[in-house]
Amino acid sequence: MSWVSKTLNSTLGKKLLMALTGLFLILFLVVHLAGNLQLLLPDEGKSFNIYAETMASNPLIRAVSIFNFGFIALHAIYSAILTRHNKKSRPVGYAMTKGSANSTWSSRNMGILGSLILVFILIHLRGFWYEFKFGEIPYVTYEGVTYKNGYAVVSAAFENILYVIVYVVSMAVLAFHLSHGFSSAFQTLGINHKKYTPFIQKVGVGFAILVPALFALIPIIMFLQSS
Amino acid sequence: MNLTLKVWRQKNPSDKGGFKTYTISGISSDMSFLEMLDVLNEDLSDKGEDPIHFDHDCREGICGMCSLYINGQPHGPQQTTTCQLHMRSFSDGDTITIEPWRASAFPILKDLVVDRSSFDRIIQAGGYISVNTGGVPDANEIPIPKVISDESFDAATCIGCGACVAACKNASAMLFVSAKISQLALLPQGKVEKRERAEKMVAQMDAEGFGACTNTGACAAECPKEIKLSNIARMNREYFSASLSTENV
Amino acid sequence: MKLDSKIPSGPLAEKWTRHKFNVKLVNPANKRKYEIIVVGTGLAGASAAASLAELGYNVKAFCFQDSPRRAHSIAAQGGINAAKNYQNDGDSVFRLFYDTIKGGDYRSREGNVYRLAEVSVNIIDQCVAQGVPFAREYGGLLANRSFGGAQVSRTFYARGQTGQQLLLGAYSALSRQVANGKVKLYPRTEMMDVVVVDGKARGIITRNLVTGAVESHSAHAVLLCTGGYGNVFFLSTNAMGSNVTAAWRAHKKGAFFSNPCYTQIHPTCIPVSGDHQSKLTLMSESLRNDGRVWVPKTKAIAEKLRKREIAPKGIKEEDRDYYLETKYPSFGNLVPRDVASRNAKYVCDEGRGVNETGEAVFLDFRDAILRDGEDAVRGKYGNLFDMYEKITGENPYKTPMMIYPAVHYTMGGLWVDYNLMTTVPGLYALGEANFSDHGANRLGASALMQGLADGYFVAPYTVGDYLAGLPYDKIPEDHPEFRKAEETVKSRIQQLLGIKGSKTVDHFHKKLGKIMWNHCGMARNAAGLTKAKEMIRTLKEEFWSDVKVLGTGEELNLSLEKAHRVADFLELGELMIDDALHRNESCGGHFRDEYQTPEGEALRDDENFAYVAAWEYLGEGKEEALHKEELVFENVKLTQRSYK
Repeated sequence: MSWVSKTLNSTLGKKLLMALTGLFLILFLVVHLAGNLQLLLPDEGKSFNIYAETMASNPLIRAVSIFNFGFIALHAIYSAILTRHNKKSRPVGYAMTKGSANSTWSSRNMGILGSLILVFILIHLRGFWYEFKFGEIPYVTYEGVTYKNGYAVVSAAFENILYVIVYVVSMAVLAFHLSHGFSSAFQTLGINHKKYTPFIQKVGVGFAILVPALFALIPIIMFLQSS
Repeated sequence: MNLTLKVWRQKNPSDKGGFKTYTISGISSDMSFLEMLDVLNEDLSDKGEDPIHFDHDCREGICGMCSLYINGQPHGPQQTTTCQLHMRSFSDGDTITIEPWRASAFPILKDLVVDRSSFDRIIQAGGYISVNTGGVPDANEIPIPKVISDESFDAATCIGCGACVAACKNASAMLFVSAKISQLALLPQGKVEKRERAEKMVAQMDAEGFGACTNTGACAAECPKEIKLSNIARMNREYFSASLSTENV
Repeated sequence: MKLDSKIPSGPLAEKWTRHKFNVKLVNPANKRKYEIIVVGTGLAGASAAASLAELGYNVKAFCFQDSPRRAHSIAAQGGINAAKNYQNDGDSVFRLFYDTIKGGDYRSREGNVYRLAEVSVNIIDQCVAQGVPFAREYGGLLANRSFGGAQVSRTFYARGQTGQQLLLGAYSALSRQVANGKVKLYPRTEMMDVVVVDGKARGIITRNLVTGAVESHSAHAVLLCTGGYGNVFFLSTNAMGSNVTAAWRAHKKGAFFSNPCYTQIHPTCIPVSGDHQSKLTLMSESLRNDGRVWVPKTKAIAEKLRKREIAPKGIKEEDRDYYLETKYPSFGNLVPRDVASRNAKYVCDEGRGVNETGEAVFLDFRDAILRDGEDAVRGKYGNLFDMYEKITGENPYKTPMMIYPAVHYTMGGLWVDYNLMTTVPGLYALGEANFSDHGANRLGASALMQGLADGYFVAPYTVGDYLAGLPYDKIPEDHPEFRKAEETVKSRIQQLLGIKGSKTVDHFHKKLGKIMWNHCGMARNAAGLTKAKEMIRTLKEEFWSDVKVLGTGEELNLSLEKAHRVADFLELGELMIDDALHRNESCGGHFRDEYQTPEGEALRDDENFAYVAAWEYLGEGKEEALHKEELVFENVKLTQRSYK
């Protein structure tokens, strides 16, 4: 299978991996958002807790989540490899550059944006995923069945204003990352067409605003509810 | 107008190099940017200083020989070649920073002159249709839809100046390579060997040490010939489908 | 020495076919034993190098630019002629031949020109096969336009960038052979001399422009495809680096130089804007298809225009003089280049020029825009209009363009026979570097045709014919002749660097250009030429005693490169004047004030001057010797050109 590694090791192949993993993560965001929005339902976390338990016990979802972690890692590792490669391609930089004349700020700073998102993911995993899985967690019983009360963990966390700020800022970072990443992934896959590309770009911008905004809304509302 | 110029001076490829500042006066707004440098060079020569070396030839914006990274942009503030940039784009009292193209695949030879032979080697890797002289069919035997021919032409207008590489934060040559791959892949004559062409040209591009693409679009925004980003998408398609379908295991 | 043009016998239409059959062939297995040097990588050079390499010869290709793709052929805008008759408008090989001979004012060889017309059709096929995206009709077939004085539509084009597309086609063919290992490329390398051993060209001396290294290259044949010498005028449409050095060094090694005075002044260039000007920009002649040339009828109105008191738009129809349309009703704005240029000079000399310098006429698209709409005009000329606006800051859709003639092409060049071989055996000249096909004036869209004809379809046959009679062994590069030539080159470099004078190279080049333009330009006369010759001699002496060349010879040194070229231009300038002075007639790109018809048209003297002037270099400081190759016309009748 040398041709596979040859292709994937080319600059185009590496970008292909970035695009494919990126698109998967975009899909993941939608699913994740759909689940999380249940935190805002006026049922004291019942729907959310049931949903969380279902997700954790479904073998298919578990498999997908392993892939998800893998893709996040691949996306990050390949971006590091590409960044290193790109730095080597211009060992001596310019004394003066005027990037704003030819490109958007987020497109030029995907690495920084991505790194910030990675830090956020680690904080996020430590705060919730780790707590849900390994932490001491209260239980709750609905219709005779006992569930982990994840909702309680989340609402406790978002009582802390600092935590809320971290989340909101991170979602802004995600928005910028997506504002370039969404349509860029299609371009890398070779999808560029007079008819469809303007549409993809519009959807990309819409997605980049809507999805992080809804994510950010959750801590804000929960914080307001708590106080 | 009077100007201050900050110019990169480097004696030879191994010299470290650095910026030197010059002041110049009496520049007319009708001059081209290179004519302004000619005036400076005449001044320098009169004073016995080595003139600033820069590449240029046709001065009509077509040969692709002129380069220069001017005030943070390849070919300066207009979307054109340096030789077609006129001093009316600047104002009296401006400070202008002039640097060479920066890329490991474009080593500096002297001052603002860089070696772009990496581009030639990429073309040599496959940027052609393999036909010998003579023995070809009549030109009108291959009808080509006008829109396809025009699109191919748009890609073919690349002058190989390297502004795309210079503009790209990754020093990537994707726009240059994709323009040639597109031009030939669109034409029926070029379709015959389009898969091998894409594989070989991309491999050579990587071997030369050009960067990868972040799709910032800076290359197309700065390209003096307005080569479009859709060419890069086409190259990606051609390359991926080639690696899936050719028999080169 | 009697010049033998080696035109094959037999009927005109069969000469080339017969000749191709009669040339000696080199066995395919033996081709790889021969080495061929090609200097220059423009249309002629790149196509020759690629085609010879495809045949199996080992080729070394040299260019002074950083890449073969930059050669100045790239700047040709308008198109390439071919007698395809795709438009069913009565074109044929014979008509293209006839138009070219007539356009050249009957100063070219019938045999060569017919061959050019004959292979023109193959060129288009070849270029399309290479992927050159010529303009097409909606049905998918190739489009044509009428161009530069032709009454049939035989010009193939790729927007306003035909030269670029054709050169990139040839460059791609060349690149393929580089990849095959059959061509070795030497970019940023300038030819400094030809090496002649036992009367045959056996190699060249080069200077690596980056390291300054002077090197020898031995071969079995040397092809000079080094373009024209228009830069002798300093201001021209040529690239800054275009030069005569290779051809001139060959000339000094025994190659005769022909018709150097035939200079094409292109009528549609952007006028000079000031002293800082480093080059002139051509606007494609195709603009004359739709643009109308005019100046005000009176001096008074022109003066107001020059002072910017009135706008061109404000000038009433009855005050406009569409002088080409009035004077030449059947050709109108499409008269050949020399006629259009000279008439622009006349109206400006009368004081009717329209810009500040008084040296410009209008090229107006108002009526074309009214007739076809702005979009149609943009479709045809968009890139040219943009270019004009970038350079002048004026929008030609709104206000008429201003144009003025500028030096564009040199019909003269190294004398070659039918095989494109110079008077030095084994030394060939192709493309603009030779004198062969355009006579005293080149028609529009014929330069690209000739460059590619020579490179793709002529040289590959004729060079083989020569090589077939040559032993395989190469002259070693340490042969005394190589050593001697290297030493000469090195000592000349030292000489130039050692002068340490007070004036820059450009100073001399500009001065030479002015002398040439004023006295050997659009119109010449004996008094002016005689004066100019003295001026050049003085300038030359001044150059060799007072030029300032900074830096060293062992590095990238642009002023040293230029100094070499200007030194050769100074010598060429003198020969051009000798040639112009001796040719007591007016023809094509050579107009002598003393020889004109009562209407002011060129007056040829077929009885005394129907010959090719071939000049032989006899040594430093000596007058060159004139040799004449009589031109024989068996198939066309010599007539006074008339475009009325």
